[in-house]
Amino acid sequence: MILNEKRSKEILDKILSLSKADAVSAGVSGQEGGNIRFARNEVTTSGTKNNVSVSVTTAFGKRVGSSSTNQLDDESLKKAVRKAEEIATISPENPEYMPPLPPQQYQIVPGWDDATAQVSAQYRAAAAETSIKVCEEQKVIGAGYVEHSAGSSAFANSMGLFAYNHGTEVEYSMTARTEDGTGSGWVARDYNAVKNLSVDEVAAIAAQRGKTSANARSVEPGKYTVILDPSCVADLVRSLIFSLSARSADEGRSWVAEKGGGNKVGQKVFPESITIYTDPTNLEVPGSPWGEDGLPRKRTTLIDKGTLKNLFYSRYWASKHGKDPLSFPSNFIMEGGQATMEEMIASTERGILLSSLWYIRSLDPQTLLLTGLTRDGTFFIEKGRIAYPIKNFRWNESPVAVLKNVEMMGTSVRIPARESSFPALIPALKAREFTFSSLSDAV
Amino acid sequence: MERRDFLKLSALSGTALLLSDYFPQKTLAAPGEPDMKELTGVALNAARSKGAQYADIRIARYRNQSINTREDRVLNVSDSESYGFGVRVLVDGTWGFASSNAVDKEEIAKITATAVAVARANKKLQKQPVQLAPVPAYTDEWETPMKKNPFDVPAKDKVEFLLALNREALKVKGATFCNSSMFFAAEHKFFASTDGSFIEQEILREFPVASVTAVDKTTGKFESRRTYGAPLSKGYEYIDEYPWMDEIRQAAEEAVAKHSAKSVEPGKRDLILHPTHLWLTIHESVGHPTELDRVLGYEANFAGTSFLTLDKWKKLKYGSDIVNFVADKTHPEGLATCGYDDDGVKTKEWYLVKDGLFVDYQTIRDQAHILGKRESDGCCYADHWSSIPFQRMPNVSLQPGKKKLSLNDLIADTDDAILIKGDSSFSIDHQRYNFQFSGQTFWEVKKGKITGMLRDVAYQATTVDFWNSCDAICSKEEFWLGGAMNDGKGQPGQSNGVSHGSCPARFRQVNVLNTARKI
Repeated sequence: MILNEKRSKEILDKILSLSKADAVSAGVSGQEGGNIRFARNEVTTSGTKNNVSVSVTTAFGKRVGSSSTNQLDDESLKKAVRKAEEIATISPENPEYMPPLPPQQYQIVPGWDDATAQVSAQYRAAAAETSIKVCEEQKVIGAGYVEHSAGSSAFANSMGLFAYNHGTEVEYSMTARTEDGTGSGWVARDYNAVKNLSVDEVAAIAAQRGKTSANARSVEPGKYTVILDPSCVADLVRSLIFSLSARSADEGRSWVAEKGGGNKVGQKVFPESITIYTDPTNLEVPGSPWGEDGLPRKRTTLIDKGTLKNLFYSRYWASKHGKDPLSFPSNFIMEGGQATMEEMIASTERGILLSSLWYIRSLDPQTLLLTGLTRDGTFFIEKGRIAYPIKNFRWNESPVAVLKNVEMMGTSVRIPARESSFPALIPALKAREFTFSSLSDAV
Repeated sequence: MERRDFLKLSALSGTALLLSDYFPQKTLAAPGEPDMKELTGVALNAARSKGAQYADIRIARYRNQSINTREDRVLNVSDSESYGFGVRVLVDGTWGFASSNAVDKEEIAKITATAVAVARANKKLQKQPVQLAPVPAYTDEWETPMKKNPFDVPAKDKVEFLLALNREALKVKGATFCNSSMFFAAEHKFFASTDGSFIEQEILREFPVASVTAVDKTTGKFESRRTYGAPLSKGYEYIDEYPWMDEIRQAAEEAVAKHSAKSVEPGKRDLILHPTHLWLTIHESVGHPTELDRVLGYEANFAGTSFLTLDKWKKLKYGSDIVNFVADKTHPEGLATCGYDDDGVKTKEWYLVKDGLFVDYQTIRDQAHILGKRESDGCCYADHWSSIPFQRMPNVSLQPGKKKLSLNDLIADTDDAILIKGDSSFSIDHQRYNFQFSGQTFWEVKKGKITGMLRDVAYQATTVDFWNSCDAICSKEEFWLGGAMNDGKGQPGQSNGVSHGSCPARFRQVNVLNTARKI
């Protein structure tokens, strides 16, 4: 159920009026959407979703309790408030508790599209049908997914703060495997407006990647120059961004911690070409305009021409250190360069082109070392040309090292990371000395 | 909607089936609570009247509680509830699904019509009509056995317990931080199907966990060690009976000790894997490859496929002769344990690997016929009322060795190896060949004895090579059940609780890496 601003405010006002706590904050969100899944060139599952969520946090002094429900009737709201109060009264004081914020100003986020909110079962079926048609024409076996959703979100507190936002999204991904099982290609796209999604074009790219990746050869693992598709870069940079907690750094448990205490803010940690910022109002990748406790999000530079400019501060940690709080972001934008993919390949004497990364996990937080695999299209580059498809690798590498070793970048585009749905504008890039540690037989 | 409205609805749709057609038993509803048989009957009748050859409905309430603390403070205590229903219909051999949080007769009828419309919209994309394995009609109730319901324990007691853990950890010299948390998840659901089943289940899962970090400011290094205690499906007695204080003290001591541990020499090494570690290797390299939906390609776009193609069924030597894997949804305290799956199939146990030979997959009702079977293995699960049920992993456990063998015996019998305890970094490829795992602690074994602690250890192997290198498994006295609350799969993503038991086991000549890096 999508709740408009008026209805959201009514619900939140009611919740606030139900509590006798010293401070109350509450959120309400609603979601409607549908999805379809296909595999083996036929539909598998499909469905719709319709839900709401209400959350309440109450505080008596510094004793805090939270609860949530997905029912909007008076009795359920009352029960949720009582539950939050009950938890608060029996909880010990939280020395990190921060009182509610006064009313704030929020930026307008351009994330809503009427047509996307009205996507039907017929649209989903047609998208799957188009994808399957492409696969059959290309003689590949397709598996894919289409999901659309519309959602509203509102937040209020007993100091009079009120925030409202709504948005829509459509997500499409497809894997095309060759009939002999030796090739596989994957492509994903996500947008706020369904008109931006061209299913047949994206499906055709996946089919092409699948066919060209067939009959891969083995190349010895080791350190190679790599050209990373934006999807790979999105996965790596996302890990880096979420490591930028001021508290972790100040406590000495982060790669941005300084020996002996403090953090690396102000230090040049990457080359001049690296600039990363967050901006919820970005037209291509809008994000939520508020973070912790309704704190407004605004454009903030994290890495400026290689220098670490900002870390994320919770309200508590900021107050303790005399800093402005900065919530973890709802999107990120990495500035790109001018190089085309063709130019990056042409400039590479010997290297590897990666289409996507898979099963990425932290291996050592001290160095932000990650492990993972390549998947769905790995190619060897020789003398400035894609020479042949190669088998997938396991890699052990740190995104810090990758960004330090960047040699060229493409223009930034909206391409989803494979392993998260965090909105990002991100370039393809070329980097030296990427570490592949073993071969995988997986196709 | 009153009963007469239900009859009107049925009459309007042209097929006036009575509720009693589906529910011969008396309702389970208590006074003042919704009549679940009547509510579920609305969906089943509406689906049938609109042409569905099969339908089921789950009306479910989920209650979660989480408590998070660090050092001497509570970070949050929160309770959440979600209530709603999901209707699944099979129309002309095509699935349709729809769900809503408004649990009343009118909405159930509307959402059932939506599910039918979804199936009809997709019909033209269905090449092979869905075939369901037969299942008896059950009217039954099942609940997780427990002595003490965690939701009856005051949050204050839970908070005090966690803060006591933190205090104990921070008594250890060099321990800098301690985070601890508890998570409880209760799932109460009614399942009804046009096959005549009406099943009520209440499943409880919980996960107490703590992590200690030791920061050495002079070197700028930090080391952490998480408790080994696993998430389990049982009551609050887990908190009362498990030796958590001993665990946290040991965790703190070992976090500090890691700073002075020797960095591992990489190369081919023998490994002794403790069950606190091995459960995750089993999960990734045995649990996932034997999922039939992956084998068939249904997960090709997300979780991946499997190397375990149908031509390997009953032929592949998956492991050495001593390797036996049993799948079940019945193991006491197992996170996947329940009475019935979300297809309404009674749960059971069966071999996946017997005497080293790969003998079976995991199936649900619409897959059994592909293997020529007449019975589902009962692996169907949806993680929420709004989620579409599909094939999820049961508990999968390595069976104990037949000869009596303790961990101490195994260490005494080993000349040169690394003993790994606890799970940490884990990653495996999308067909489940190449994996890499790390752990919480690593111990050098030389000439039958533990000689010291190691650090920077991870191992890489290929599934079948790895399990064929297993040359010793301890006996049942050493059996321990690990697991995860949040195994992810599917689009949209769903989370599954699943347990994996084992005894300590030895593996010969596995590739060990040193993970220390400079950036």
